[in-house]
Amino acid sequence: MKRIVISIIALAFAINGQAQRIKGSDTMLPLSQKEAETFMKNNTTAKVTVTGGGSGVGIAALIEGTTDIAQASRPLKMDEKLKLQEAGVTYKEVVAAWDALAVVVNPSNPVSQLTRAQLEGIFTGKIKNWKEVGGEDLQIIVYSRETSSGTYEFFKTNVMNNKNFASNVLSMPATGAIIQSVSQTKGAIGYVGLAYVSRDVKALKVSYDGKTFIGPSLETAKNKTYPIIRRLYYYYNVKVESKVKAYFDFVLSAEGQKIVEQVGYVPL
Amino acid sequence: MTKPFHKKLLEKIVEGILALSGSITSLAVLLIVIFLFKEGLGLFKRSPVAEGYVLAVNKNNPVNRIDSKVVKRIFDQEITNWKSITGKNDTIITFRLDNLNSYYSDEKIGANLENLSVCISSLVDSISGIIAFVPQKNITNDFKGKLVKPENVSAGEFFLGKEWYPTAEPSAQFGVLPLLLGTLWVSLGAILLSLPLGLAVAIYMAEVANPRIRNIFKPIIELLAGIPSVIYGFFGLVVIVPLIQSIFNLPVGETALAGSIILAIMALPTIITIAEDSIRTTPRSMKEASLALGASRWQTIYRIVIPYSISGITAAAILGIGRAVGETMAVLMVTGNAAVIPHSFLQPVRTIPATIAAELGESSQGGPHYQALFILGCILFILTLIINLTVEYISSRNKLAKR
Repeated sequence: MKRIVISIIALAFAINGQAQRIKGSDTMLPLSQKEAETFMKNNTTAKVTVTGGGSGVGIAALIEGTTDIAQASRPLKMDEKLKLQEAGVTYKEVVAAWDALAVVVNPSNPVSQLTRAQLEGIFTGKIKNWKEVGGEDLQIIVYSRETSSGTYEFFKTNVMNNKNFASNVLSMPATGAIIQSVSQTKGAIGYVGLAYVSRDVKALKVSYDGKTFIGPSLETAKNKTYPIIRRLYYYYNVKVESKVKAYFDFVLSAEGQKIVEQVGYVPL
Repeated sequence: MTKPFHKKLLEKIVEGILALSGSITSLAVLLIVIFLFKEGLGLFKRSPVAEGYVLAVNKNNPVNRIDSKVVKRIFDQEITNWKSITGKNDTIITFRLDNLNSYYSDEKIGANLENLSVCISSLVDSISGIIAFVPQKNITNDFKGKLVKPENVSAGEFFLGKEWYPTAEPSAQFGVLPLLLGTLWVSLGAILLSLPLGLAVAIYMAEVANPRIRNIFKPIIELLAGIPSVIYGFFGLVVIVPLIQSIFNLPVGETALAGSIILAIMALPTIITIAEDSIRTTPRSMKEASLALGASRWQTIYRIVIPYSISGITAAAILGIGRAVGETMAVLMVTGNAAVIPHSFLQPVRTIPATIAAELGESSQGGPHYQALFILGCILFILTLIINLTVEYISSRNKLAKR
């Protein structure tokens, strides 16, 4: 009896020794979960636990040392770098995949392309009617995500040059709600991850230089011609490198990148 | 007559347990309230600028203090010249650490950011119209610029401010007025819709319906109270929102009205149950006297039954409002959550509970945003306290009147 107990405890410790904790971005949650699932299937001794909470939460955990890997849908902010430096954490960055944000409108909207400046005007509330950007005489209804979301932050820095959204922007609690609302509102515009684009909405072609307009798709995101794309990151402490290396090798392998595509993100 | 000792002891023990559980409950309530206010009130000692950061300008710039609202407008590039905020005629150039690479190369800054302080200092020194948003720890003693401080968050700015940008950098805006008015507006709409309907059903069930119909209706209405609010939210988003949009021919269906309709449905069981109970307390003798005098059934209802039970009906209405004020999830899904002061029911609004639910999870613990959300909780608490005290007052007045 005693022996069994001891061996169970030893086994628990052995597993614990191999266990890797991943924490952070909710955007990356489905990706990491799927990767970890397959990784554990191939590698029965490994144990990976994945939790969400947001990019900021994951990086805070990395600073405090309560996670092995932080997943983030944005690069480290300057103050986070400073905090990591203060805490004496030397970190490494792994880009796991790309994600493209599609700007979507109602399918009945004749407008099919916009420049970055026009998008900035629309989302900051300076452009209020579709006829100002070559559409019908129809009020523009802007949908955004809640301020807590990493997608919101990314859109704000990448598309809007760090300017604030207009106060009358409708903020929705989830991407699904944006799709639902845009599909039933004629003058609507919103932004969603590429994986969420469906037939109920129309994705716009976007141009940052004002000349070439490119629509979001797996190909244009892969060859980086579509401008609203972001990297999805893993950050880890170099101290645990030996422990986490196998996982990253798997994520970056052909099989791991296939999973990226299955989940709806863009492989490297 | 004396009871045997052990019975007395048992009574004492039961009494003690009852008193104890009562005091534990009150203590818990008190602690929650103290916690709420303690966390919240810290906000008014805080600067709206993100923790650990400062705003710096060129040392020749005459501006010493900048209002928090102005900081936001500068960084949104709505104010582009120092002249418009009592400065010199000079274009404002905003600087964040993200733009650092457009001035200095990575080698110059150093791999471990060791030259960051020097770079910031010389940058602020060389550009006369600059306003820089930089970490406090990179401001060393030989810093060649000048720090400007925005005012702390004031109570006036908080309660009367019209802009809610809690995550705006460099200067967050905590104007709670649109949220407060949004909450009251949606609740008002809900009560206007649910009171007549609820009252009608209550009168029907208490006075008109025969027992068989009542026995079918009653459980159905009580079932309404048991449906989770997320389900109401889904229903609202998929059914009511498009309906409102097409009926009123609106550009957008997520409006205060959609929230009001959902809340009205959710408040109905409360209103119906309480109003019906109070209508039932009308003494049979009074109703019979009225009928005996030749009054019709309808005359009896609106001349005798309703006046007699008016305080109960009022209490029902107020408790219904209470239900509406605190509701979170359903409203979050259907009102569009735009933080603007409402002017009509056909406009998106953002309510206090929806704001707390959507933002608390990601706000950094102990930060100004977190504290602002706690004050929102305090406001909600005070609102429901007022509602409960009103109910208390009305029902106590009623007891006196009946005596």
